[in-house]
This record gives sequence, C-alpha cells and structure tokens, in this order.
Amino acid sequence: MDIPTRAGTASTQPRRVRVVLAGRRQARRPLARREIEEQTQVGEVLVRGLIRAQLALAVRLSLVVVAFFGLLPVLFVLVPGVARIRVAGLEVPWLLLGVLAYPVVVGVAWAYVRLAERNEQEFAELVDRS
Amino acid sequence: MSSPYTLPAIVLITVFTLALGAFGYRFSRTTSDFLVASRTVSPRWNASAISGEYLSAASFLGVAGLVMKFGADVLWYPVGFTAGYLAMLLFVAAPLRRSGAYTLPDFAELRLHSAAVRRMSTAFVVLIGWLYLVPQLQGAGLTLSTVLGAPGWLGASVVGVVVTVNVAVGGMRSITFVQAFQYWIKLTAICVPAAFLLLHWQAARQPGSLTGPELPSFPDRTTVRVRADAAVTVDEPVTFTAHGVLDGQRRDGQVRWSPGPHQIDRDAVLTFPAGAPVPRLHGVPKLDNATWSQPLSGLSGTGQHPLFGIYSLILATFLGTMGLPHVLVRFYTNPDGRAARKTTLVVLGLLGLFYLFPTLYGALGRLYTPQLLLTGRTDAVVLVLPGAALGGLVGQLLAGLVAAGAFAAFLSTSSGLLVNVSGVLATDVLGRGSVRDFRRAALLAGVVPLVLALQVSGLDVSQVVGLAFAVAASTFCPLLVLGVWWRGLTAVGAGVGLLAGGVLSAAAVLITVLGADFGGWPGALLTEPAAWSVPTAFLVMVVVSRLTRGRVPADVGRTMLRLHAPETLRSRPVRVAGPDPVQPAPGAP
Repeated sequence: MDIPTRAGTASTQPRRVRVVLAGRRQARRPLARREIEEQTQVGEVLVRGLIRAQLALAVRLSLVVVAFFGLLPVLFVLVPGVARIRVAGLEVPWLLLGVLAYPVVVGVAWAYVRLAERNEQEFAELVDRS
Repeated sequence: MSSPYTLPAIVLITVFTLALGAFGYRFSRTTSDFLVASRTVSPRWNASAISGEYLSAASFLGVAGLVMKFGADVLWYPVGFTAGYLAMLLFVAAPLRRSGAYTLPDFAELRLHSAAVRRMSTAFVVLIGWLYLVPQLQGAGLTLSTVLGAPGWLGASVVGVVVTVNVAVGGMRSITFVQAFQYWIKLTAICVPAAFLLLHWQAARQPGSLTGPELPSFPDRTTVRVRADAAVTVDEPVTFTAHGVLDGQRRDGQVRWSPGPHQIDRDAVLTFPAGAPVPRLHGVPKLDNATWSQPLSGLSGTGQHPLFGIYSLILATFLGTMGLPHVLVRFYTNPDGRAARKTTLVVLGLLGLFYLFPTLYGALGRLYTPQLLLTGRTDAVVLVLPGAALGGLVGQLLAGLVAAGAFAAFLSTSSGLLVNVSGVLATDVLGRGSVRDFRRAALLAGVVPLVLALQVSGLDVSQVVGLAFAVAASTFCPLLVLGVWWRGLTAVGAGVGLLAGGVLSAAAVLITVLGADFGGWPGALLTEPAAWSVPTAFLVMVVVSRLTRGRVPADVGRTMLRLHAPETLRSRPVRVAGPDPVQPAPGAP
C-alpha cells in the first residue's frame, strides 16, 4: 500500500493533500470499490460515468439559465413593447431582473444540489453493490 | 446631509470588527488556522461569511449609484454578481473542495504539476485581488467625504489600516466570524431604511413618476455645494441662486442658464427651487425617466453597442465570480464537497435577498436626491437618500445605519481579499507560509492597493469591480472549468491560455482605466472585454492542450477520482496526509 503517512504542514511545499482510496482491509470490501481504488480499467469506467453524469447535469441546468437570461436582452431589442408592459406596478425589465431573477437562480441551484447528490448516491450504491 | 449619528456608527462598526478579530486571535495558533480556519466552519456560518465577504462597496453603494445614473440596463450587474455563484455551484464548487487545495495556485499545481502555471496563477491572484481592493478603499474614501466632509484619503487610509492590522493579527479564523456578522449587519443596514423609504414614498404625494417623459428635477428647494470643478450640461432652461464662480464669472444672486455646456468652479453653492430641472455632470447620460426605465438605453461606455456591452457584462459576471481569489478560498473552509454545495445554495439565497434593495435606492434616488447627477457622486446615493428623503430624527438615525453598513462592506470585502492575497504571497513569493511570512505578506498586500487608491480617483466603483470580474473570467474560469472536467488539459495549454486571457483582458482594463476612449466598436470591445477575451482563453487552452497531448499528467485519472468521488465512498477507506488529516470514521469496516 502506497499510503503517504507523514502529515505535512502547510509550510511544506504545495502538494499537500494526497488522497489515496486504499485501506487496510481491502479484501473485505466490494469488488467495484476495489476496482476504483486500484485504478483499474473497470474503476476508470465507473468514475468516467459519474463525471459524465455530473457534467451533463451541470450543462443542462446552465442551458436553462442561459435560455432565461440570455434571451432577455434580445427580446427587449426585437420586441420593445414587452419592456413597457407593467405587471404589479413594475415594468417587465425591472420585475424580471430586479426581482424574479433571484428566485430563478435559487431554484436552479436547489434543483442542481438535489440532482447532483442523487447522481453521487447512485454511484456509491453501484460501487458498493457490485 | 450629515447626521450626528454617522460618525459614532462608523466608529462602532470598526471597533466591532477589530474586537471580533481580537476574539478570533485567541484561537488562531497554527498556520492552518490562519489560512482556512482549520476547516471547522459549518455551512450556515460559511454561507453568511461568504455573502458577507462578497457584498462589497460595489454591491452596497455602486449598484444603486449605477441604477440611478443608467437605469434598467445596469440591473444586470447585481443579477450577474449573484448568478456567478450559480455557475460556480454547477461547475466547480464540490470538485474544488474535494481537491483539497488551499488556493488557486494550489489547484493549478495539484492538477497539472507545473511550477510555472502555479507562478502564473499566483501573479493573477495578486493582480485580481489588488484590482478589486482599490475600489473598496475608494468607496471608503467616498463614504467618509460624503457623510462627514472628510478628505477622500482619510476613509481609504482608515479602512486600509484597520483591515491590514486585523488580517495580520488574526488571520482567517477571526475573519470568518467577522464576515458572517457583517452579512447580517449589511442586510439590516440596507433593508431597514429601504422599508422606511418605501412607506414614505407610498404615503407622501408621489414626487413624480419614474417612467414619464420628463428629465430628473429637484423635488424640493435644494442647496448643492459643488466640491470639485465641474463641467455640466443643461438640457432645459433653469433658474437658480448661486454663490460662486460660474462660467468663469463671480455670481452672487439669481442666475438663468440656457441649454448647453456650463462650468462650475469648486466651492460654488447653488440653490435650486422645487421643480427645477437638474443640470447633469459631464459623463452622466441625458436620460429622461421613460428612457431610463427602459432597457438598452445606452449603457455607459458601450454607447452605440449596448447589446454587446450587456452580453459581455453577463459573461464577465456569470463566469468571473468563480475566478475571484477571495471567493474560492472560502470554499476550502467547508468540511467536504457536499457541504460546499449546500453552502453555495444558502449563499445564493442570501445574495438574492440583499440585491432586492440596492435597485430600490437607485430608483428612489432619482426622485429624491437628483442633485447627485449634478455632483457626479451617484455612488453615494445609498448614503444620502435616507437623510434626504425622510429627514428628522428617523432620517438621521437611518443615515447612521447605512453608513455603518457601507463600512461593514468595505471592511469585510477588503479583509477577505487581503487574507487571500497575503496567503498566496506568503506561501509562493515571500517565504514558505509560516505565520510570520503571512504577517509580512499582509502588510505588503495592504499597502500596495492603498497607495493605488490614493493615486487614482473618479472611477465608478461598480465599473472597476466589473473589470476585475472580466480578468477573473478570462483567466481562472477556463483553468477551473477545464481542469475539473477535461482530462486533456496540459500544463502548457493551461499556461498559454492563462497568459492569453489574462494579458488581453488586463490590457483592455488598463486602457479603460487610464481613460483612453476610442468610441464605436473599438471602444465597446475595450470597455467590456469579456465577450472576446473569455472565449479566446478557453480556445487557446483547448487548442494548445491538444497540440501537447503527450504531456497530459500521468495521474489525471487519480486526480479526477479525487475531484469527483463522493465523500460517502471515501469516508471509510480514505486516508489523507496533509495539514489536517481526515480521521476515518469510527466503526469503519
């Protein structure tokens, strides 16, 4: 086992934290977990799958944000009338950018945190089951 | 405009900050304490601290000032400041925490094993940090000179010295306490007066519409003292009483100005009757309220190309946040990657709540304190609005409150920036990261921006901050996003990309700050560089990495595993060697 044992301090040079997924009682743990820890090809595939799932999730949600915010300036240019509509006493740009933008951002963030954790949960279950 | 409660409020908030710093000092013993508070900060504290640190002079003062001056277009600033954290959450928050790096240069080296990329990152951390510190100190100077009539250098020096001493003495553990409290101070300071202002506006006969065809006018008889020589433009004939030198002539008595450019010398005192149109300082755009309230009315600087300017601004703020050094360092104080995500979610809520208010000040400022368009001190609208609109004891108390909030903003953001810049300087430039190195670094990191802030002046606080965002988005955003998600990134690619994005955006920033104006497309491209510098940086990193694909780090698989594997997987078998080893959970198999 190539576990660095010395605990460095922050005053030692840059590569401070080395994480090695290896423990003493490897034999008892599930196969997939060992595959990952030992950097085998199977383990590599599993990790790549997780990374791809997380990236796909991040990209999908950022497209939602881009669709919402990215189209607003163009919309205001192409259909100037939209910006003059009043809702609840506020003109649409002020309502959208001054107020509603924030709940939208928080909502997307909330969805991301849930879905990303679900991805990780599934990954962990997959690893521990096999 | 001055209130007797302002000075005590500012002194109180400063002493409070110092006291909290001293309190934290008792716990700060090791280097690890200094740098990341030993990673013992809980998500809720951390979220408050992140928000407290992030809401700077640009947010507390600058956004309202820009809204007052430019209208609907600049609403993108606070939206971008917030959405930047969303981009950070989606692409870097958890992996970055799991990487275990302390600072951006740490991440660069850990991922790419290159001392050269590390050094480059260090240089950009320091550059962005200083670029961001200067407007904070300027904001402090503006605040003291607005509310107390003190000379501009005094406020900048007070904040500079307080923060430098506090950081040098207490390090980051104390800063976490300070930051967390300061979020709540800032929120209170901006929302309580806002509530009073709204009630007042609803109750009073409304002093005019914000969407009508008229230009801003004085709601009441208003006396304005002009502090610096001013070139102004008059759009509608205006009659007022003046004492001072106008258009080169000494005037004492009634003056009638016809439309056109006029000159006011320093120390002139002008008294405008209620309803008089407001002459505007050179540089303040001519916007009637209807145009002001509509988008794409012509954002400053991007003149004929407001659409380009807005998209560039969106890109800079959405992607720049993750590259701000003082923002990233906060994430290392989370216990793990999941906590980093939770923290970011709470941060987004806290920021969204805060940013509802500056817009309100900007809009009401146009009605109640239009003289700021004449003096050009629109950044001060949050400070003067409560006193001007409400008057009496309530107005004075609230004026004290907002001044305290503004000081909280300068103190907290500059503390965070300074901790990070000095941390990086201490480990990479001055020494090897001992506590003594950190203290020496803090002094150096604090003095340089103070000197700069005393030299340059006359820039809009939020705009300078926007430029720092552009540099951050063009350097660390591609490094982080590609480093976290793309195995193919090489040290050469990252280095060349950092250099390309950094040099291009920094050059554009420098040209803008130095005041060169090319007009038309060149002007638009230089004032808002993000739209071209960010894609360039990404492109260069990818292309050069492909060209040097033989030099992909051999351990990239292991690094990726470390960045993305959930803690549930590692909690049992993982052993970490480093400054703060994670203990295996008791009862692990």
